[in-house]
Amino acid sequence: MKSLLIDADKCTDCLQCEMACSFENEGVFNPARSRIKVFEFEHGRRAVPYTCTQCDEAWCLHACPVEAITINAATGAKEVNAEVCVGCKVCTIACPFGTVNYNEDTGKVVKCDLCGGDPQCAAVCPTGAITYVDANWTGYQRMRDSAVRADGGAS
Amino acid sequence: MSWQGKVLRVNLSAGTAEPEPLNLDWAGEFLGERGLATKYLWENMDPKADPMGPDNVLIFATGPLTGTMASTSGRYAVVTKGPLTGAIACSNSGGKFGAELKFAGYDLLIVEGRAASPVYLHIQDGDVRILPAEELWGQTVWYTEDWIKQRHQDPLTKVAGIGIAGERGVYYACVVNDLHRAAGRSGVGAVMGSKNLKAVAVRGSVGVTVKQPKKFLEVVRDTHKMLAESNGRKGLTKYGTNAMMDNMQNFGGLPTRNFREVQFEGYDKIDAKAMMKPNARGHTNLLTNKACFGCTIACGRIAHIDQEHFTIVNRKEYWHASGGLEYETAYAFGPVVGVSDIDALTFAGFLMNEHGMDPISFGVTLAAAMELFEDGVLTTEDTDGIPLTFGNAEALTVMAEKTGRQEGFGRILGLGSKRMCEKFGRPELFMGVKGQEFAGYDSRALQGMGLGYATSNRGACHLKHDMFTEDMEDQSGNGKAEPCKKSQDRVAFVDSTGLCLFTDGTWATEDYGRQLEAACGGDWPLERLLAIGERTWNLERSFNLKAGLTKADDTLPPRLLNDPAPSGTAKGKVCELDKMLPEYYAARGWNADGVPTPETLARLGLG
Amino acid sequence: MTRHLILGSGPAGIIAAETLRRTDPQCEVTVIGDEPQPPYSRMAIPYLLAGNIGEDGTRLRHSPGHYDDLGIAVKQGRATAVDSAARTVTVDTDGAASTVAYDKLLIATGARPTAPAIPGMDLDGVANCWTMADARRIIRRAAPGSDVVLMGAGFIGCIILEALAARKVNLTVVEMAPRMLARMMDDTGAAMMRRWCEAKGVTVHTGTAVAGIAKDGERLTVTMDGGATITAGLVVCATGVRANVDFLDGSGITVDDGIVVDQNLQTNIKGVYAAGDVAQGPDFSTGRTAVHAIQPTASEHGRIAARNMAGRATGYGGSLSMNVLNTLGLVSSSFGLWDGTDGGERATLVGEDDHRYLRLEFKDDRLVGALALGLTLHIGVIRGLIQTKVRLGKFKKELMRDPHRIMHAYLAQTQGVIA
Repeated sequence: MKSLLIDADKCTDCLQCEMACSFENEGVFNPARSRIKVFEFEHGRRAVPYTCTQCDEAWCLHACPVEAITINAATGAKEVNAEVCVGCKVCTIACPFGTVNYNEDTGKVVKCDLCGGDPQCAAVCPTGAITYVDANWTGYQRMRDSAVRADGGAS
Repeated sequence: MSWQGKVLRVNLSAGTAEPEPLNLDWAGEFLGERGLATKYLWENMDPKADPMGPDNVLIFATGPLTGTMASTSGRYAVVTKGPLTGAIACSNSGGKFGAELKFAGYDLLIVEGRAASPVYLHIQDGDVRILPAEELWGQTVWYTEDWIKQRHQDPLTKVAGIGIAGERGVYYACVVNDLHRAAGRSGVGAVMGSKNLKAVAVRGSVGVTVKQPKKFLEVVRDTHKMLAESNGRKGLTKYGTNAMMDNMQNFGGLPTRNFREVQFEGYDKIDAKAMMKPNARGHTNLLTNKACFGCTIACGRIAHIDQEHFTIVNRKEYWHASGGLEYETAYAFGPVVGVSDIDALTFAGFLMNEHGMDPISFGVTLAAAMELFEDGVLTTEDTDGIPLTFGNAEALTVMAEKTGRQEGFGRILGLGSKRMCEKFGRPELFMGVKGQEFAGYDSRALQGMGLGYATSNRGACHLKHDMFTEDMEDQSGNGKAEPCKKSQDRVAFVDSTGLCLFTDGTWATEDYGRQLEAACGGDWPLERLLAIGERTWNLERSFNLKAGLTKADDTLPPRLLNDPAPSGTAKGKVCELDKMLPEYYAARGWNADGVPTPETLARLGLG
Repeated sequence: MTRHLILGSGPAGIIAAETLRRTDPQCEVTVIGDEPQPPYSRMAIPYLLAGNIGEDGTRLRHSPGHYDDLGIAVKQGRATAVDSAARTVTVDTDGAASTVAYDKLLIATGARPTAPAIPGMDLDGVANCWTMADARRIIRRAAPGSDVVLMGAGFIGCIILEALAARKVNLTVVEMAPRMLARMMDDTGAAMMRRWCEAKGVTVHTGTAVAGIAKDGERLTVTMDGGATITAGLVVCATGVRANVDFLDGSGITVDDGIVVDQNLQTNIKGVYAAGDVAQGPDFSTGRTAVHAIQPTASEHGRIAARNMAGRATGYGGSLSMNVLNTLGLVSSSFGLWDGTDGGERATLVGEDDHRYLRLEFKDDRLVGALALGLTLHIGVIRGLIQTKVRLGKFKKELMRDPHRIMHAYLAQTQGVIA
């Protein structure tokens, strides 16, 4: 299984990833609808791309009242089925990473689905700040380690 | 497609903000950004209007490729009549603001009239509000951006605004967006200030579509690759534009101490390598590089100042990172004023962004003031007790701040070099054209640059043509007219796409054409692209002639025409403008007075 | 083979059943629910009312044969008594009582609406909005342009408000509390919400109770405290809910606001667990126990309870009270101790013109609660910041200055992205 690996040190804040994401998923260059977001710090000193880690806990999936979020067996991505999503937004507050967002235009939620296994953010990133690699050696663990744990820390 | 097909017209006198359809015929002839805004300006105002009066029109213009995946797609231009020059002003900028304006659904924002009291414009897609800015008047650019983001509770709002300099009519006040990108030249910020418009804040969620998505992505993948594989672009990524410092020093084209010299002994303390080298305390100026929206080059520098440096040792508010030195800022705070203190230069750069001023014009104006001071025309009584000697880093930073806040001698420096030198009876010390100060290239070493400076429609400018190759190969004025004209047209075209000039050269003109074809549909052969540029250039010229400029304004200061370069590869040379200018007029299809002939205008559809 | 019995076929019950099956492939799992249709989500009813989905769209699971495939027996019936000594439950199915034996019992019977003790609540045309049957009744009566009175503007009331407004009815809301959303919004936020609703054409009365409802021909006359009347074709009651625990009388199971459970979601009776809206479980914010009748808690309860039932001792860190709501296009959310805590600090930003409001509550350098109006981007990170107890360090000051930098704070403090 592969994961998105994000190396913020390499990010220049060019937002090609946000355009690629919105274009792939919405057919329009529109960072406001991107599922990956780059966060800028201190006048541009740092820029940090961030999106869903496809975490094992799958908070969004479990919080969904109508089974609109399911796991893609091939990619491991937690995918929103827009046909089923009722737009209740519970997943947007359940995801402790803040990576499921509500789209007011469609009345549905959106999140990263790894573009079905060919994530466009990684494909266009000009600096290698976003890559799609074997999950085992991604620095993603750091992102996941900070996750909320429902089991209160594996007691 | 690719164009949004919509113009937002704001009349600040009437307090109205209404969308209108984009004139697609004009878009076909002038493309977007610089060209299209020039057409709109031409059609919407009398060129004789007072640039600081309500009849001047201020246009923010994106191009058809702004906000697309084409590399460097973050550009927008501010086009208006410039107060510094009395000519058409066209200043373009990167950052994120331009793309956001496009994402909000607009190709152009046209601002007319003058608000009765300070306002800012808040645009959220179709929701446009003119809001009071009393609380912001007298505040800096940085404060303003932060305030607006908090007021509207949206950190993703993009802001273009002015500082105190723009409010108070500093002739070279600029419009700063995204904290440290600027539509820098010709005083477009002063025009904004004259309209009582503090800022434009935009948030867009409409997005941009293209005509042939699949083809566009294919083309863009290829053009991205071209940039990635270009050594020139790699150099820009690594060193930024300040790599130019060493070139100009070696060539002897580095204007030093108000152009009395062409090489600067302290260049290696402020060049790109110096930015990357730790100082004695282990502080390194450069932190990282940063891209404008959509840019795969990322030439922007993010730097910080040594906290022990005299400029900020007691000013913690400047201990953060911000936009660092580019070549032009390094030149304007370095050689031309004789300063080689990298932290002082960086601080002056921060101040320019914070207060909204063009560093080139400020630095060259200060250089003239220093010459006036050394000549005894000015004394410390005039200059708030600060000796304006060449090389005085404190004079640089203190005067930068005084000018930004319009205090003391800063009010004189805010006039710009031309008006200041005239005021003190030494007009020949003004280093520029049409009232606008020179960038960091000496026309005695770079002849084609001299011709470009003299003929640039916005006054002295290094970005309205590209003659580096020709100038490096041949240091005479021979055969420069035709290539200068051609490069001006090509650049005017590139400036109308919504993309950055730094792609030019790596991309052939046809490479823009194939991106336009996929994005806009239709056919964009080379001749059409160059005609867009030439049409734009001639319309700018027509604007200037109507505004009252003449052939006499197409000239250079006597120092460059008469005083031979004292050193460097062009030692002993003067700029051969006399020879180049008539050839240039002929190449352009203009008469001997520099007026486009009826045939030329007719050929370009401007008759 | 362990016999697991689950009472209640809402999200907590169904997630528990699925988790049991995953954890112990051999066990027997039976779910008993008291509504006739396949297990569905009550939360989806407003979207059914709004016409966005059909009844199928409310189902918890969509694949045909889902429960059979997993070997989960889903039966209809209503539990009427629990004998925890004998480990049996008495179940009423269409009037026929039967006894079901269990080894482990999960009570996930949810809640039911309460009605105020006023005249007329039993009239035809006065409806709850709770079950699928209620939904069908409302759909029949709430035609576009018809006059509808909604009693209650709490969280559930406001969800129903949204759905009724989507049916384009002429809507009047009557709320007894002094403000809308009394339990998830402060005065500032509630006032903003009220103005928003009124601007969208909804009539809002707060601090007003309904004194009675009377039939007036085909119409209903709703009399408010103070005597003012409103006529309507439909009155929808959303004045509150209570846990479904009546059947536990005599069972020995401790009940407070809900069934009191411990860190393992076990009741005072060994082998008997509770989950979801009926359970009064550990509260992350207070360290005490509370009923958090929200979907994420039901889901977590279901999973954790099931793991414990299957013998995998799993502690629960406690649920975080949180809600998200869309009211005629204005999205609001609340998290944890949004009303603050002793000795805590607060950062607020009020944007009347933009219909935006953000309030953060801190204890020391940790976020403990938040309220937001008009914010939809990255709001989950508020949960993340609260529930991971991230030390905000220097970002505390930054958030006090600009509370919208929550995502920055999270990235900076958890991802090590900034010096």
